[in-house]
Amino acid sequence: MARSLTTRFSAFALAAALGTAGFAASAEESLTVVSWGGAYGVAQKKHVIDPFQKDTGVKVLFEDYSGGVAEIKAQVESGNIQWDVVDFEVIDLERACSEGLLESIPHEDLPAGVDGKSAAEDFIPEALASECAVGNIVWSVVFAYNEKTIGGTKAASIEDFFDTKKIPGKRALRKRPQVNMEWALLADGVAPKDVYEVLATPEGQQRAFDKLATIKDDLVWFDSWSQAPQLLNDGGAVLVQSANGRFYDAIRQENKPFVIVWDGHVYDLDAWAIVKGTQKKDLALKFIAYATGSKPLAGMPDVAYGPTRKSSMPLADPTAAPHLPTAHLDKGIQASSDFWADYGESLGEKFNEWLLK
Amino acid sequence: MSSLTTTEADQAASARSKKRLTAFLFVVPLLAFILLTFVAPIGSMLWRSVHHPAVAELIPLTLVELQRWDGTALPDETTLNVFAQELHGLAKERLSGKLSEELNRAYTGMSSVVKSSARRIARIETEQLATQGAGTLLKAHGNWSKPEVWYAIKRAGAVYTYDYYLTALDLELHPEQGIQVREDTQIYLQLYGKTLNMALVITLFCALLGYPLAYYLAGLPENRANLLLVLVLLPFWTSLLVRTTAWIALLQTNGVINSFLLSTGLISQPIEMLYTSFATVVAMTHILLPFMILPLYSVMRGIDPSYLRAALSLGAKPIPAFARIYFPMTLPGLSAGALLVFIISVGYYITPALVGGTDGQMISNIIAFHMQRSNNWELAAALGSLLLGLILLLYWVYDRFVGASNIKLG
Amino acid sequence: MKIPAYYGFWHHLGAWLLKTSSWLVLLFLIMPILVIIPLSFNVEPFFSFTEGMLTLQPEAYSLRWYREIFNDPKWILAIQNSFLIGIFATLLATVLGTCAAVGLARDDMPYRRFITALLLSPMIVPLIITAAGMFFFYSNMGLAGSYLGVILAHAALGTPFVIITVTATLTGFDYSLARAALNLGATPLRVFFDIIMPLIRPGVISGALFAFITSFDEVVVILFMAGPQQRTIPRQMFSGLREQINPSILAIATLLILVSIALLITLELLRRRSERLRGVELIE
Repeated sequence: MARSLTTRFSAFALAAALGTAGFAASAEESLTVVSWGGAYGVAQKKHVIDPFQKDTGVKVLFEDYSGGVAEIKAQVESGNIQWDVVDFEVIDLERACSEGLLESIPHEDLPAGVDGKSAAEDFIPEALASECAVGNIVWSVVFAYNEKTIGGTKAASIEDFFDTKKIPGKRALRKRPQVNMEWALLADGVAPKDVYEVLATPEGQQRAFDKLATIKDDLVWFDSWSQAPQLLNDGGAVLVQSANGRFYDAIRQENKPFVIVWDGHVYDLDAWAIVKGTQKKDLALKFIAYATGSKPLAGMPDVAYGPTRKSSMPLADPTAAPHLPTAHLDKGIQASSDFWADYGESLGEKFNEWLLK
Repeated sequence: MSSLTTTEADQAASARSKKRLTAFLFVVPLLAFILLTFVAPIGSMLWRSVHHPAVAELIPLTLVELQRWDGTALPDETTLNVFAQELHGLAKERLSGKLSEELNRAYTGMSSVVKSSARRIARIETEQLATQGAGTLLKAHGNWSKPEVWYAIKRAGAVYTYDYYLTALDLELHPEQGIQVREDTQIYLQLYGKTLNMALVITLFCALLGYPLAYYLAGLPENRANLLLVLVLLPFWTSLLVRTTAWIALLQTNGVINSFLLSTGLISQPIEMLYTSFATVVAMTHILLPFMILPLYSVMRGIDPSYLRAALSLGAKPIPAFARIYFPMTLPGLSAGALLVFIISVGYYITPALVGGTDGQMISNIIAFHMQRSNNWELAAALGSLLLGLILLLYWVYDRFVGASNIKLG
Repeated sequence: MKIPAYYGFWHHLGAWLLKTSSWLVLLFLIMPILVIIPLSFNVEPFFSFTEGMLTLQPEAYSLRWYREIFNDPKWILAIQNSFLIGIFATLLATVLGTCAAVGLARDDMPYRRFITALLLSPMIVPLIITAAGMFFFYSNMGLAGSYLGVILAHAALGTPFVIITVTATLTGFDYSLARAALNLGATPLRVFFDIIMPLIRPGVISGALFAFITSFDEVVVILFMAGPQQRTIPRQMFSGLREQINPSILAIATLLILVSIALLITLELLRRRSERLRGVELIE
């Protein structure tokens, strides 16, 4: 009996050990790329990740995260680097860059566009503004309603978002101060060009919190953009904040009766960055150069995000053009990366305390 | 009977210590393993809650200068110049963000002050800063002329600190008045209170639901009881995530319960149940109920029913008879189950994180928040150490009255 | 002495109340788990019953979400990881735990109470604390984000269960048997495998099952310490529930329920076998 048990045990252990060896082998020459999942993730997988894997033979572990600096910071500070390349909201980028969490990227190594123009000419200037990243899309934070649940009065402006009398019901926001503070001031009558100036003062911050407090009882908070279309769909909230592409995808792919309200939208770039201290910096640079090429970027309008290369537009699906943030710039403001680099930490803390009140 | 000779006694003693050694040798591998993989990590957390060299590493020279400072007025110009130079260096190496974060913890609002000052100072030559650093700094932001700020910097520079425990207990250290209750916000004590309260409610629900069921099962013939016990054991063996998922499916706005109630016409609007403390309590009661039922059942099985029958036949009324005779005999099972449920629920993380929303969060969730979101690991460690102290106290009580190895696993 | 008639009525009412409430509690325990199973066959991407499902229309049901799982490399990796980590952690926990339980069960074990409490503490210390500590410590050791790190961590969490189940089978074990065998010239290893092992085997196996399920179900340590390479089923479920709730989680949940039913049956068979073995010994 003892022997049979031992034999079985060792056979088992051997099989298991071989299993691990297999794992170890497959783990070589791989790159962990982290982005936002959802419709955007699907588009990136199709136009960036899959072609890259096919062309280079590198295995890409394509992970989702829900934004912010915290996870990268934890990795860099503990020395336990798990991610190589990350798709950042530029609103968080400057903060991560100034805290030394990202590698710098030599922009002169980026390839020229398909039309032969150099990278410096081809990219819009904002895309190459930071030494830590290369911008890949222009997108926007908007809110939307569901034709089925909105009732008689439809929302048309950012003021309506804060007007529970006009449009009763829950509102859903992503749980963070970014964009929400801007919206509160816009709705409170601050002129779009003054928003960040006002927000830099203690009185302005208080004003934003006071405005948010007027609808606090009607607010539903979520952690990740992908929860937003779900909330709008199942009636969890009447007005829901999300990235414009998430709503666009739900409308186009799943025929959801959602309507996007562009008033007061906060547009921003997303950018690829490299986590400081990664073992695979060269591979990561190669990936970013590939991912920000004219052709992969031309796939982004599939989810209503504008490519940052001018040479990509002629290659893209023309029907998406009116849905890109660039078609609505007059109604919105640009997110300030510098402002949030300075105030992200302290406003984040105030915001969390305000939430717990 | 003659007493043992010395040699005999020695032999007996050496045989005994040999046996003790043999027994101990069996345990050594696991003991070493647990010390290394489990106790040492927890020790490292305790260590981190008091050991914090980050600021001391970022601005060592400033801290040396600050030692001369009496703490009343503004530090002298040399100190400020040195600080400006160090800040310049940090900005160049992209480390000023780290400093801003650290100082922000010591003095609220410093994050944007440090960052904007660092940007301004980075533009000036180091040589110039050696003489004009102080002026530039004071011009960059009004906060630099506050002695409180420098007091906070000096404190943050200490390598060993109990400040995080103060924060975890909603206290703060004031330069003159000493330790006092934090003025601006009090979060953590309230949260500890809420956690204990919720754990108590969950324990109570488990007892209320578990006791009658265990009693009923104990009165059934053994075969039938074993069959029904499967219904208790299946949830016990089912993944925690599965059970939590189930409660999400049941409780959400257009979930199973709401659609059922709507279709019967009992309600006209869906009830908000998910993402509340109600959801946390219900889901955790469901998850922890088997921990209550199993020890109760095993104690009740061991009680001879003829006691109660005898009392009844002697004329005792059923309820007093039950309360005076049967109930005391089940107390060991009840206390074992209740303590275990209470201990587990105080430290619970996953279920509140998934179904609790903002108001169903417990102390574990705020620890996770400081670990993963705000990156304040030292505060997380201090909060965790307090929680650990509480748990170990409860564990000690459990071990004394129940015995650690008597945990019922079905 | 006769019990008055109205006692009978109250007695009946009491018994009826007890029975009803017990069944309600049983329903509360089992219903949430059973609800998941039909929902996982929902053709719609919702977490609730559609009208079609309630009227039992076949087109309202589908295997869509099961296909989704088995076509998604992330779920496949998670399933592989869960088993791989679980098996190694179980092996480690079972070997170390059984050995320690044999020592702890001996009367001459020094500091028994304290050591037992210490060795069982991984079961009691809140996972969030364990996970935070492991994050700091294992990162320093370079073990965070590696299979080895996760396996060691899970093994530590599983050992208490092995100790408890093995100790339970060892109570009342007569060590003079082992001593007799040793005196007759048997090697200690042989004594262990031929005399102790057969007796404690049910305990060892059920302890191993507990250790396995502990690892298989563990998510907090994974959340804090593991990298993307070591994603397990619960970790994948956790992020799914946090970010995008869709019925593929219900499909995997249904599969996990089947796993737990299998484990439960195994345990029950072991218990019967153990009882039979012990019964035989008593007769002899």
